Amino acid sequence: MNILFSFLIGGAICAMCQMLIDLTALTPARILVALVCVGVLTYAVGIYEPLFSEAGCGVSLPLLGFGASVAKGVREAVDASGILGILKGPFTAGSVGCTAALVFAYVFSLIFKSKSKVA
Amino acid sequence: MENSKTYKERIKRHTPKTNLKKTLPTAFLTGGALCALGELMAGAVRKMGVERADAYLTVTVTVIFIASLLTALGMFDKLAKYAGAGLSVPVSGFANSVTSSALDTRREGLVLGLGAGVFTVAGPVILYAVLSGTLFGIIYYILKMLGVA
Repeated sequence: MNILFSFLIGGAICAMCQMLIDLTALTPARILVALVCVGVLTYAVGIYEPLFSEAGCGVSLPLLGFGASVAKGVREAVDASGILGILKGPFTAGSVGCTAALVFAYVFSLIFKSKSKVA
Repeated sequence: MENSKTYKERIKRHTPKTNLKKTLPTAFLTGGALCALGELMAGAVRKMGVERADAYLTVTVTVIFIASLLTALGMFDKLAKYAGAGLSVPVSGFANSVTSSALDTRREGLVLGLGAGVFTVAGPVILYAVLSGTLFGIIYYILKMLGVA
């Protein structure tokens, strides 16, 4: 059941973004930034968690999941250490995707040569 | 100097026409398929006794790993050309942008080339995630003080 929801919601988010890319001048980088902010917002208003428990990867793989885990980290940090948690939180739960992307990018770009031509 | 209106019109004239009837279903199908595959994998990882949230993080890391590797091998662009937003919007697109900017800046040196270049797309994404996360933290803290949250 989760797989079907995952497919439908994940597909719908991608289709919506495809529409934004095709119909507006939004570049993919701006779409990524927008999705992350939407992820924080959906977590903040409490609709991310129920969506996530139904659709799993359908919401976590589109970058909503990254924004939501940043917000989750903030929430847990504020619960644990009060006002300082506001600054402690953003890099905690959200660190996984971010660190993975940076480390893999670094390692692979050392191993492989760029395919684009040297200017 | 041409004014910004004619400039925008000129850009519009030269931008390749996209066919939504074609791109929309492919984005839906490929994006959906990626998420469904991820869900399958999450289920398998959970069966090995991993906690739910960590199982999904494992999937995210796997997708980042594969997308990053395909980018470095020069294969991601070919796939994304077909799949469009189905691959460029999920975390695979994020990994692709980070890796391709790393590859492009590699020859300019390891510190100010690759070191700075790796953040071309990752930087904005991380910055706005942290900014909106902090804003949420402030609101959450105040609401908590007021006894609402």
